[in-house]
Amino acid sequence: MSASLDKRREETAEKTGPVLDITGLSIAVRGEDGEREVVSNLSLTLGRGETLCIAGESGSGKSMTALAIMQLLPKPAARIAAGTIRLRDAERNDVDLTTLDERRMRRIRGDRIAMIFQEPMTSLNPVLSIGRQLTESIEVHTGASRAEARRRAIEALKSVRISEAESRLKQFPHELSGGMRQRVMIAMALALEPAVLIADEPTTALDVTVQGEVLELLRDLQRVHGTSIILITHDMGVVAEMADRVIVMRNGRMVEEGATGDIFAKPQATYTQELLSAVPRIGEGPGRRPSRRDDGTANDHVAEINDLSVRFDLRGGLLGRVNRRVHAVEGVSFSIAPHETLALVGESGCGKSTTAKALAGLVPYEGAIRIGGRNLSGLGGDERKAVRRDIQMVFQDPFASLDPRMRVGELVAEPLLIHGIGSKQERRDRVAALFERVGLSADQMELYPHEFSGGQRQRICIARALALRPKLIIADESVSALDVSVQARVLDLLKELQSEFGVAYLFISHDMAVVENISDRVAVMYLGQIVEMGTRDQVFSNPRHPYTKRLIEAVPVPDPTRRRSRFARLDKEIASATRKVGDDPQRLTLRDVGDGHLVAG
Amino acid sequence: MITYLGRRIIQSALILLGVSLITFALLYLLPADPVRQIAGRSATPETVENIRRQLGLDQPFVIQYWRYLGGLINGDLGRSYIQRSQVTELIVSRLPASLLLMVGAIVCELAIGLTMGLIAAVKRGTPTDQTLMVASFVGVSAPQFVVGLLLLYVFAVRLGWFPIGGYGTWRHLVLPSLTMGILGAGWYARMMRSSMIDVLRQDYMRTARAKGLARAAIIFRHALPNAILPVIAMIGIDVGIFMGGIVVVESVFGWPGIGQLAWQAIQRVDIPIIMGVTLVSACAIVLGNLLADIVAPFIDPRIKLR
Repeated sequence: MSASLDKRREETAEKTGPVLDITGLSIAVRGEDGEREVVSNLSLTLGRGETLCIAGESGSGKSMTALAIMQLLPKPAARIAAGTIRLRDAERNDVDLTTLDERRMRRIRGDRIAMIFQEPMTSLNPVLSIGRQLTESIEVHTGASRAEARRRAIEALKSVRISEAESRLKQFPHELSGGMRQRVMIAMALALEPAVLIADEPTTALDVTVQGEVLELLRDLQRVHGTSIILITHDMGVVAEMADRVIVMRNGRMVEEGATGDIFAKPQATYTQELLSAVPRIGEGPGRRPSRRDDGTANDHVAEINDLSVRFDLRGGLLGRVNRRVHAVEGVSFSIAPHETLALVGESGCGKSTTAKALAGLVPYEGAIRIGGRNLSGLGGDERKAVRRDIQMVFQDPFASLDPRMRVGELVAEPLLIHGIGSKQERRDRVAALFERVGLSADQMELYPHEFSGGQRQRICIARALALRPKLIIADESVSALDVSVQARVLDLLKELQSEFGVAYLFISHDMAVVENISDRVAVMYLGQIVEMGTRDQVFSNPRHPYTKRLIEAVPVPDPTRRRSRFARLDKEIASATRKVGDDPQRLTLRDVGDGHLVAG
Repeated sequence: MITYLGRRIIQSALILLGVSLITFALLYLLPADPVRQIAGRSATPETVENIRRQLGLDQPFVIQYWRYLGGLINGDLGRSYIQRSQVTELIVSRLPASLLLMVGAIVCELAIGLTMGLIAAVKRGTPTDQTLMVASFVGVSAPQFVVGLLLLYVFAVRLGWFPIGGYGTWRHLVLPSLTMGILGAGWYARMMRSSMIDVLRQDYMRTARAKGLARAAIIFRHALPNAILPVIAMIGIDVGIFMGGIVVVESVFGWPGIGQLAWQAIQRVDIPIIMGVTLVSACAIVLGNLLADIVAPFIDPRIKLR
């Protein structure tokens, strides 16, 4: 370790001038209609030990900039059209990365500049052990022996707080959770103590409690090693928690640059102001509406779910008998009144989407689901189809949930066709009206899905869900994939449609701030069961269950003045919902702690 | 693993039972009468009936099949109608030649196909890629007897590097293996190319590059094991395709394997041999698939056999 100590001392001594200096960077991408610039004339500097956040929405060029620094632009489609990228690190390298050939660049990648990516699930090679993936770059860059590389790999895993580091080396990526994999990615990136770490949306794919932990880890490691970090994110909460300085990008250009406090307190550029005002915040988001109480009588509920369980059987053994079971949803009960928005929140794998699927008739279930007062399980095929008309879904990914070969007008008309509603002309008129209503124009009906942006596609999905005039729309992470400004507009649209048509929403989300802004009531799920349920104010202002508290505390606050020194740390990995047959999970009982606020245990 | 194997063996036995039933039923329904073939054109109706009774072919289908199964359990595939010898012995004496040919063919097709596919994927969009893909297309579409005769003409007749036909040394093996392998090589080249292109696009390939690894390490350590998985599943199925090809190739090269045996038996409606060869082929296919499935978890740790 003395070598690295020396290196650190040297770095402290060298604390003059930026470690990375980009001037006039332009990146061009060749498309069908010729070359166009995706990054134009970008200049930035990164100081030693500094965290610079590049914030912006999709298509702003932030990821392209990161790939350009690494010289990993997808060739031959993309190229650096102009500009220099100078690296000046403690080893007194002072080179323009754009002039290096592949061989010399390879020596810098991973060693002097390391990178971590958004998707920890797919960024590690599934067929190589964690150990192999960690040691290979150590071996390549330092020429260390296998044993020495292994020792350093264990050290790196320990530094990212992975327990039993030694035995982890033998594990494969699929044996680790998402948070663990991202920590392995960080260990891999930091094992060689690079001067610069580029983190491209490192926590976007992670659950909020895990996100907190990863962010804290990055901060700690920076404190120890003095690494300079470029953090690319669309999440202004993450920016406020992490950044020393912020660059806001839009359409390939820098629109504003400044210290984090200044950017949040008095943003200069109009775009920054818009961006910040679109960010949903707990307790003060735009268009937040007053909390309402469920005052409907039990009879006029749109949907009532009683003791719902969804279990998936896993087979094994010589005869392929069921020996294990995934208890995805376990004894969940709730009801939704007309005009009401009930939010179902929780982290990945908690059973919120499965609950929605059961409600929409997409998975077999046990328990009772009553739609408009009629129990689904007692109905015949035709009746059930008629009742199902009242429930429609809007999914997360607007790119995947529209058939690319159908015109969007046909897509929206399809539910009408399936249920045999109206003549061809009537259907057309109704679809045209729906298009106008969701903020598109009727002449766009003839286009195909790929001709629309993500936000527009989600509007098409909403129009499709509305076509049958349902009583309940299930929105499963429907705004999670959208940029904040688009997200804010789609949320507004959902609210308008609710007051206009009286439709109820089952709003499923992992984003606590969005939930806090749109919902009337909130149910928190953990491991297939509801642990807390109440009005929005009850749950957010007075969370009672420890899990709810942890969930709310972990949300990064888009306000640098409220930056926390420590994130709540997970005491253990979230337990698994897969259990042996016969070993059923313990059912939680909800008790009323006042005014209909239900809490487990 | 042991439970998995146990279950697969039970499944395999059921598959073989099904194959035997279907083949037996098809041969029973066949308009060609094996007794007429044995007795010859000039035989009297009495002789024909006698032979029919001797062979048990006058019995109803269920009894015939039941008897056959009884023999099968004891490893007895019956006697050839024409050659009068045990089918088991005939097959056992010819099986090694066919297995050797099959191994040779698999080596050829993998060596040629995987190399071509790998190069084409890495050089995607270049003239090299296009040339290789045209070549693979030719390999896939050329009929085996044409390829066989062409190889014979060039390498045996003109150049004299390899013998024209027969069985014995490694030299005899080369041309028949190549003939069988070229078809598969075309398929494997195309499969490997698309599989590899898919893998090269994955996020973990970007991670590997971001680590500063050399190109060779990226391709051979990170990409190849991922890309080869679908190919391995294919090898299992391939054994079945070979069984068809082996009849043609063994005839062209005079290779004394079960392909020739089957060909002769079909011409003479020698039902016990046809049944025997079919069952052996089915066994080979089942085994090939089982082997492919057992190998897969060694390459991809995500696959668990249970």
